[in-house]
Amino acid sequence: MPDVLLDARNIGKRFGGVQALKDVSLTIESGEIYGLIGPNGAGKTTLFNVFTGLYPRDSGEVRFAGAPLSLDSPHAVAAAGIARTFQNIRLFGNMTALENVMVGRHVRTRAGVFSAILRTRAERVEEAGIRRRAEELLYYVGIAGHADDLARQLSYGDQRRLEIARALATEPKLLALDEPAAGMNATETTALRGLIAGLRDDGLTVLLIEHDVKLVMGLCDRVAVLDYGEKIAEDVPAAVRANPKVIEAYLGASTA
Amino acid sequence: MSPREKFGLALIAVALIALPFVLAAAGTAWVRIANFAVLFVLLSLGLNIVVGYAGLLDLGYVAFYAVGAYVYALLASPHFGLHLPFWIILPIGAAVACVAGVILGAPTLRLRGDYLAIVTLGFGEIVRIFMNNLSSPVNLTNGPKGINRIDSFQLGPLNFSASDTLAGLIFSGPIKYYYFLLLVLLAVIVINRRLQDSRIGRAWVAIREDEVAAKASGINTRNVKLLAFAMGASFGGIAGGMFAAIQGFVSPESFILNESIMVLSMVVLGGMGNIWGVIAGAVLLSFVPELLRYTVEPAQMALFGKLLVDPEVLRMLVFGLALVLTMRFRPAGLWPETRHRRELSEGRT
Amino acid sequence: MSPLDAGTVSSGFERFPTMDILLQQIINGLTTGSVYAVVALGYTMVYGVIQLINFAHGEVVMIGAMVAFSVITSLAGSGLPPLAIVLAGVMAAVPACMLMGYLLERVAYRPLRHAPRLAPLITAIGMSIILQHLALLVWGRNPLAFPQIIDNQVFGIGGAAISSVQIAIILMSLAMMAGLSWFVYRTRFGIAIRATAENVHIAGLMGVNANRVIAATFVIGAGLGAVAGVMYGSYYGIAHYTMGFSLGLKAFSAAVLGGIGNIAGAMLGGILLGLVEALGTGYVGEFTDLCHWPVAHGWLSERCADGGNFVLFGSNYQDVFAFLMLILVLVFRPSGLLGERVSERA
Repeated sequence: MPDVLLDARNIGKRFGGVQALKDVSLTIESGEIYGLIGPNGAGKTTLFNVFTGLYPRDSGEVRFAGAPLSLDSPHAVAAAGIARTFQNIRLFGNMTALENVMVGRHVRTRAGVFSAILRTRAERVEEAGIRRRAEELLYYVGIAGHADDLARQLSYGDQRRLEIARALATEPKLLALDEPAAGMNATETTALRGLIAGLRDDGLTVLLIEHDVKLVMGLCDRVAVLDYGEKIAEDVPAAVRANPKVIEAYLGASTA
Repeated sequence: MSPREKFGLALIAVALIALPFVLAAAGTAWVRIANFAVLFVLLSLGLNIVVGYAGLLDLGYVAFYAVGAYVYALLASPHFGLHLPFWIILPIGAAVACVAGVILGAPTLRLRGDYLAIVTLGFGEIVRIFMNNLSSPVNLTNGPKGINRIDSFQLGPLNFSASDTLAGLIFSGPIKYYYFLLLVLLAVIVINRRLQDSRIGRAWVAIREDEVAAKASGINTRNVKLLAFAMGASFGGIAGGMFAAIQGFVSPESFILNESIMVLSMVVLGGMGNIWGVIAGAVLLSFVPELLRYTVEPAQMALFGKLLVDPEVLRMLVFGLALVLTMRFRPAGLWPETRHRRELSEGRT
Repeated sequence: MSPLDAGTVSSGFERFPTMDILLQQIINGLTTGSVYAVVALGYTMVYGVIQLINFAHGEVVMIGAMVAFSVITSLAGSGLPPLAIVLAGVMAAVPACMLMGYLLERVAYRPLRHAPRLAPLITAIGMSIILQHLALLVWGRNPLAFPQIIDNQVFGIGGAAISSVQIAIILMSLAMMAGLSWFVYRTRFGIAIRATAENVHIAGLMGVNANRVIAATFVIGAGLGAVAGVMYGSYYGIAHYTMGFSLGLKAFSAAVLGGIGNIAGAMLGGILLGLVEALGTGYVGEFTDLCHWPVAHGWLSERCADGGNFVLFGSNYQDVFAFLMLILVLVFRPSGLLGERVSERA
């Protein structure tokens, strides 16, 4: 039996009168790419924000890497080993690409104000390590040449890559990508696909929310479908594609 | 650093060292003006950590300056009969200001930026009201009358209130303070630069750029913001202590809102987040009042035979305009923060 | 500070104040609270629509008081009926402030609507300083005695006194709040304002001209503020170029207390703040006088003898109460009494 990395039970979330998530349970196994799809407004991003501590949940429990996961604050979630990207890319625009990734190392490093002021030996060593790791990650996602450019000056596709590099810098066990292909052209999407597949091959677990059903079906090991805040299917792509409930949800949504 | 930059720095250093004697030739008043300019540079650099790096609008910064000044005044004056040496009091003042910053920041930093602005604005006023009223039931601050006859710095035989002659040069009190301030300034610049290129400094800027993304990247934004607040407050406290010693007298009147606005204007006009810009902004705006005093006053007297517009009012108008126009036309300030490629790729200075 | 602040109890030693003094504090609190409420409306309307704290609003209120002062003083000797003179003052102050509110939005804030959050805040501070010092240039540095040309009759109720100025302030405030509520909830333009506050983009799609709506909230807020300025000036009998600062801070606190962005909340918050302040000023000195406390029998007995006191916080801390309340609200209930959450959201 494969390792369960993330085990979410009965997650519920309501916004005023709207039940955005209703008793959603799902398990993500180590080393897989887990896709989360569903029509617009099905609650994908809400679930995502609950997992990463941005929204407080109303009910449910999450176990991560064998221990209960506190979802009270995003930084604690990052420390526990879940990193994320945002649907509408959120970079630190006036910092260089390299610095953006260096910020991602924050949670795995410890130098404080005093060691920085005194430039202690430990601080210098740590700082050099941060820089080296950040450079490696930029190279890994393929934008090493833009290390010293301001994040806001990068092209759209490179910004996506930079965001992934920043997330990777936190040494996640689970990388959660919120619609990474949104707004990308075909070439960029293909390249992105190669990058995500490479991440899995390097041992990372990926949670992928995506609109591009073709991308999800081609890339994911397992896929879950949300509709009106409920999970209506969870299986390998081929089975999900054939599931009548899923077909109805998508057709229903497109005729509405 | 290139040889040309080294040469430039050496030139600036020589100019700064020679400056008080040049100024003294024009009158000791000018040395004092220079001292206050350096004090404002220090304050601006402190506020720059809060506003420039972390992007937190603190409108009551002068409160920490006041705390530092009163700590010095209470521990080194006949008011309580305490006369502790300055090198003990300055750190105490910084620590007390730091605690004040944490007490104010802890409950409010999780709120959105504009609330922080108004809470700090109120806090600045509260500190002043307390200083005005803490003369009863126990006379702590001596109320609006303020505290007089504050000790000047004394380091072994070196007394900062008296003149010494060395190698034919007269080192007056203000000149000694000038050199001391310059040393402190140097330390503060080094600290600022080191912080800027550190783990915490990057976290500050990340929060300023996008707080949600910073959180998601694993930064405990509340603590890191609190750290910025505390650091800024400590710098304010140290500057306040030196102000008390140089002035020899403190009263609540020195710590009104307009002072906070003035320091904010210096940071904003110079360029938030850029040390050199902030320093330039502070120097520039420090000399505005003097400039106005020496130009506007005589010009009005000559033209109208009386003073129509008080230079003090003009000064505040200049600050207000500086804020509005900078935001409108040059939001990054006159000397904006540039993240040099060279500086970053060549490693740290 | 106020000639009518009759109820400050610092002479008596009754632990529990008598009813008539309590009633007096309530009347005073209602009066200042009404003024706070009207000023708070200006903050809350602008905030509701563009999430900007218009720091300069307090200054607009001050200019309203100043303009009215100038008109009333210059007409004082004209032989016109006093009521007409006051009315003329208000009629001059309201359009002057409305124009100022409009210019403020148009010149200072609109160009920055898409700038980073810090920019409009800093501009607002700058505008506030500029307005304050322009007022200083025009009206001088000294407090101006606001002419009391209407005969200020005092009526007694239940042992307390209420003056005709107080009655007028409370009634006028209520009328303005009712008028604004009607406008916002019952007219087409009011609906446009509420729609814009809900969502600028969607309101825009529905044909609402966002620029006009935003300008309108500034203009309406400034108009209300002008009247508030006149009321404040007549109540305390003085006008001063710095009066907008603390009045603005308090009114803003009131708006937050009620829930910023919420019109009913601003009214409630203003009245509550006025009451807290009046009662606080009246009683906090009594309650923090350690001579009333059991501890006093020890080390303070000498000082407390013969009517001495050991007051920790007297009425001189009046300006602190509003601010403390602001902090408490922000810490414990950031959404205010009637509003939505204000803390950083995702």
